[in-house]
Amino acid sequence: MSKIKVGIIGPGNIGTDLMYKVFRSKNLEMGMMAGIVESEGIRRAASLGVPVSTEGVKAIAAQKDIRLAFDATSAAAHVKFNGPALKEAGIISIDLTPAALGPYCVPSVNLAALQMEPDINMVTCGGQATIPIVYAVSRVAGAAYGEIVACISSKSAGPGTRANMDEFTETTAKGIELVGGADKGKAIIVLNPAEPPLMMTNTIMVRVKDSSVGLEAISASIDEIVAELKTYVPGYQLRVPPMLEGDKLTTIVQVQGQGDFLPEYSGNLDIINAAAVAAAEQIAAEMLAMEKGA
Amino acid sequence: MAKIILVDTTMRDGSHAIRHTYEAAQAAAIAEGLEEAGVPILEVAHGDGLGGSSYTYGFSKSNEFDLVRAAASKVRRTKVAVLLLPGIGTIEDLKQARDAGASVVRVATHVTEADVSAQHIAAAKELGMMAVGFLMMVHMTSPEHIAEEAAKMESYGADYINLADSAGYLMPEGVTDRIKAVRAAVKIPVGWHAHNNLALAMANSLAAVEAGAEYVDGTLRGLGAGAGNTQLEVLVGVLNRRDIETGVDFYRVMDLAQDVVDPLMQRPQVVDNGSLMLGYAGVYSSFLLHVYAAAEKFGLEPRDILVELGRRGMVGGQEDMIIDVAYQLKQKGGVA
Repeated sequence: MSKIKVGIIGPGNIGTDLMYKVFRSKNLEMGMMAGIVESEGIRRAASLGVPVSTEGVKAIAAQKDIRLAFDATSAAAHVKFNGPALKEAGIISIDLTPAALGPYCVPSVNLAALQMEPDINMVTCGGQATIPIVYAVSRVAGAAYGEIVACISSKSAGPGTRANMDEFTETTAKGIELVGGADKGKAIIVLNPAEPPLMMTNTIMVRVKDSSVGLEAISASIDEIVAELKTYVPGYQLRVPPMLEGDKLTTIVQVQGQGDFLPEYSGNLDIINAAAVAAAEQIAAEMLAMEKGA
Repeated sequence: MAKIILVDTTMRDGSHAIRHTYEAAQAAAIAEGLEEAGVPILEVAHGDGLGGSSYTYGFSKSNEFDLVRAAASKVRRTKVAVLLLPGIGTIEDLKQARDAGASVVRVATHVTEADVSAQHIAAAKELGMMAVGFLMMVHMTSPEHIAEEAAKMESYGADYINLADSAGYLMPEGVTDRIKAVRAAVKIPVGWHAHNNLALAMANSLAAVEAGAEYVDGTLRGLGAGAGNTQLEVLVGVLNRRDIETGVDFYRVMDLAQDVVDPLMQRPQVVDNGSLMLGYAGVYSSFLLHVYAAAEKFGLEPRDILVELGRRGMVGGQEDMIIDVAYQLKQKGGVA
């Protein structure tokens, strides 16, 4: 069966982990790994038989058979160079930076509505881990307010996250509102340096609009979306099952990464990559179906 | 010895002890008293800093910018400070606080994570504010490591470094070592923030001053998270006895504590058993009242929850994990 070729811009830890996930995909194959300088990531990709380039987005845009590209660089690079160049080349962008040129994508919630978008944004790692739960609550009981606390191990918080904590809290809060369906969103991030590193843990609290729906119905909705999430993040699980006190719904989830390239405790990095690849796979499946039909 | 600059945080750390129920009129009254007593800096914010009002840390009764505005309206010489924890508060919050009258921000991070403060310290300097690098939970790492983290904050533009024994865990010699190590590593002044969980807040503050700290935090009646902070009016008396200049009027600060702060206290500020366990196990002081609530909800012994939080190495801001710990303990039959 044929596959859709993808490019990855940014051969760092995120880009390399994405590449290993593409290797496992049934609809995707690596078309190119591109960076802007020689690096360990470029050498690793080349040694695994992947075409590589240090010409960045230009090299990917020049590949006629690449249909999708992951951007694992920075928000500034996506806005200035990568986003526009990919759009011009007719390549769909799956943006892992906080640039958000295109709409937010949380695959278990809204991917179906984004099939025709030229540029989709993966929100934040904390957003991928928590917005599905907020959505699962809001779709059955409404959500006046959604609050999340994401705890990630210090070792899995890269320099990009550290230099811009506000980007995480503000973008995630916006995602809780726009995709999660809460009238108001709030996001908190805590870095914990404990050794051995802690698994990514997220607490989700929602003020529901209609508590008469009851815990059972809300829990069933959450279980359904957790099952969906597990199809692309097998290590996603509820640590503390949903509790309803008055109109306050609380649950705690843990995200164990798949350990493709990054350690298992980096569930935060794994889930945003897994979500990006899940989105790409579904878009590729549509492309393949259309080609078959044509 | 240099003059010591006292920083009152009755309206920030003290906010924990009254579950963030300050009202504008109370903020104005306390600020007016601190101005009259000559306290150089007062801090006002949610206990967990700007943006702290939440399910996780407790919702504030009043908008915190209204509290800042009320305090700022009563001061001329006393500077108004706010606390900001990157990951909770944002630069947008800081701008609003500045517009409400704050001229100082203390940017607080866990002791090993100073690099998350770079963005906020830089923003504060651009806004024309005094910026303080505030390292929390300093018992959790060595003096040498703390010195490295403090130097990072200095490089971002911090005007002084404040070390916080957020768990009230340290003994005086642990304070001395840490203050000295940071003083040797940075050119800017160093400050100290104590918690009284092992009844050592005053002794530790004195040790900090003797080791060269130039800024010291305190609160009226010791109002603060856990067993509270260094009791400000007592600190003024103690420093007077040591012939250390603070510029603060002893009688006025005593009267302010008795007449204005006493009446708004909701519980005696003592070392109760939970607070003692915070200090003993090295747990963030703000967890205390949340732990009592979780213990009651799950039918557990608060000390068991506290010990488990300490064992897991939870840091400031992880109040949400109290429910996680309580739930897991309950599953195991309530035994740690």
